[in-house]
Amino acid sequence: MSSNSSILLENARLLDPASGLDATGYVWVREGKIAAVAAGEFNQGRLATDLGALARLDDLWRIDARGFWLTPGLVDIHVHLREPGDEHKETIATGTMAAAAGGFTAVACMPNTRPINDSPEVTRLIMAAAVGAAARVYPVGSISLGGRGETLAPFGEMRRAGVRALSDDGRPVSDSQLMRRALEYAGDHRLLVISHAEEASLSRNGVMNEGIVSTRLGLRGIPRVAEEIMVYRDLALAQYTGRPLHIAHVSTAEAVDLIRRAKSQGVSITAETAPHYFTLTEEAVGLYDTMAKMNPPLRTATDVAAIRAALADGTLDAVATDHAPHSGLEKELEFDLAANGIIGLESAVPLTLVLVREGLITPLRLVELLSRNPAGILGVPGGQLAVGEPADLTLIDPQRRFIFRPENNQSRSQNSPFSAWEMEGKAVLTIMDGRITWRDPGDPQFKIGHC
Amino acid sequence: MSDAHTFSRRHILGLADLSVDDIELILQTAESFKEISQRSIKKVPTLRGKTVINLFFEPSTRTRLSFEIAAKRLSADTFSISSVDSSAVKGETLVDTARNLAAMNPDCIIIRHSRSGVPGLLARHVKASVINAGDGAHEHPSQALLDLMTVREHKGRIQGLKVAIIGDITHSRVAHSNIIGFSKMGAEVRVAGPATLMPPGVAAMGAMVCSSVRAAVADADVVMALRVQQERQFDPLLPSLREYAIFYGITPELMALARPDAIIMHPGPVNRGVELTPALADGSRSVILDQVTNGVAVRMALLYLVAG
Repeated sequence: MSSNSSILLENARLLDPASGLDATGYVWVREGKIAAVAAGEFNQGRLATDLGALARLDDLWRIDARGFWLTPGLVDIHVHLREPGDEHKETIATGTMAAAAGGFTAVACMPNTRPINDSPEVTRLIMAAAVGAAARVYPVGSISLGGRGETLAPFGEMRRAGVRALSDDGRPVSDSQLMRRALEYAGDHRLLVISHAEEASLSRNGVMNEGIVSTRLGLRGIPRVAEEIMVYRDLALAQYTGRPLHIAHVSTAEAVDLIRRAKSQGVSITAETAPHYFTLTEEAVGLYDTMAKMNPPLRTATDVAAIRAALADGTLDAVATDHAPHSGLEKELEFDLAANGIIGLESAVPLTLVLVREGLITPLRLVELLSRNPAGILGVPGGQLAVGEPADLTLIDPQRRFIFRPENNQSRSQNSPFSAWEMEGKAVLTIMDGRITWRDPGDPQFKIGHC
Repeated sequence: MSDAHTFSRRHILGLADLSVDDIELILQTAESFKEISQRSIKKVPTLRGKTVINLFFEPSTRTRLSFEIAAKRLSADTFSISSVDSSAVKGETLVDTARNLAAMNPDCIIIRHSRSGVPGLLARHVKASVINAGDGAHEHPSQALLDLMTVREHKGRIQGLKVAIIGDITHSRVAHSNIIGFSKMGAEVRVAGPATLMPPGVAAMGAMVCSSVRAAVADADVVMALRVQQERQFDPLLPSLREYAIFYGITPELMALARPDAIIMHPGPVNRGVELTPALADGSRSVILDQVTNGVAVRMALLYLVAG
């Protein structure tokens, strides 16, 4: 298909939280933009009338999306693409293919690469590698030089090179004064500061949640307060400086409460969680399964319940995957020595759909959590089905059942605790900038053809 | 225990995996093996032709020697690798080490490692039986089994006894295995120690957490003191060993609260004057050397049951 051809997605359930639209209808894509969004049956004559000579129907691809959900392209504001430096785990090419296969059209990649993204040079390297990639790539720059937590990285120059947010993700900014200055200075350059909330003196050497399971396994625990103290500090700094702040990977019930309270006081904050924090508990560590090792660690059933409630009531704004690819070299090790993190791009949609099936959130809220809000938090285009917007679209089959097999994924790494899980619902077609970036090979009822 | 119980465990990774019947069988087997060590010719041909590897990634004198003596008294061929001459220092991963050992077809690998869970990781990559000789702060099953054997020898039973375990419960794999083992066998296990060394979830393992050492020791049949690592002073978990000795050490005054026939145990090596006053460690109530003797018998039993 040529890049300037038109695509008509018809008979889909259109889900657009921005306008509140939840109805069967069609979306017409032309020249990389959304050319029409409408409820109801597609009428060729009307389209031709509405769009006059522009509608060259002979070049129109029609997709009968009956039974599928059509949403604005999903946006993941927290991924690790590992390039530059750890290309044996993932590259910008493979990571964005994984994104597309998971229904994402844009990702924000964290700066803890090798070298770390604390300069316009590294940002430009990432931007260059992202040309032609299967998803839009928004680099997140490091808050501190070298991620050392001592001095500020050049926010302004990094912004010019393409950075859209700042974080020392992977480790906290322990120095409170530096965090305060980062919030202040980031505002000058219209950059969002993302907090990896962890009080390092409490979490040091910890490898899983501190509690019954860590005691039973004889593993050093990370107490929940390590997260909560830092969430509190960063909320206080956001309030004091009056600057917006985003809190990454929220994992505890008390952190959720702190965020809820700060929001009710009008503090300009947003927060995300990851599918594993509303799906798994510390019990997933089982007998030292390094696939369940991540930071923050998996917590308890109480925390899972609180996070689910917070996704429903609006306390948490986004679901981000914290996609963290690692190879066997980093995972087939003693639990203490194994790397933190799991892949997440290709399991996020089915895991979030569980919340819809359980009646906890509506389909519109799901799209808010996975598309509209993340785009808004990052301040990038997308997140809505609106005429004139870039044609970033995701088609989801909410009923599609499959066995999740990381070895069949697009990601270069297979580190997932969800391997062999029976899942329901997935992205079957992803369109970015009017271009099909993912088409599920296994969908029997998917019809695509010329007009 | 049913007479017909046969031992079905391929590996000995922890007391958590063993059933009451498994533990009974191990203890009975150990009791029957104990006599071998008292003969003038201390050797039986039970494991002739079997290969036993001692893989010690952490310094150990008595556990390693005890396993080696046990294997030799059963006529197994034993080989010992310690961390200094292992491939670990050359950057080989544990899984690679395991695969290489497996390629040499040993029958049993005994492993001691500073990281919790390593024996299980090893067991997943070798065909041999794996015996955990202590992993991190997880478990030390042979120690708990020899403790159970020693207590039963002195008390005639385990069921219904009050067992007080005093000290660093957080970092002690001996404490963890003993809490699980003694409570599984029907004893009432009480633990006490500095709050900084008392982890969450001890009750879930089967122990009663006491607010003071005195409360734990009161009316106890068995008082077990745990070794305090010197480095805990700098973690910071303890102000000093002096403070520990004063407030958590086992003294004759404290023992006066226990049952008159209470025994004193310690997994060794003892910091004399810290966990135990020297008079108690060497006194008539101390069974510390019986523990060491029984260690050989228990390890013979484990080797026989998994590799025999």
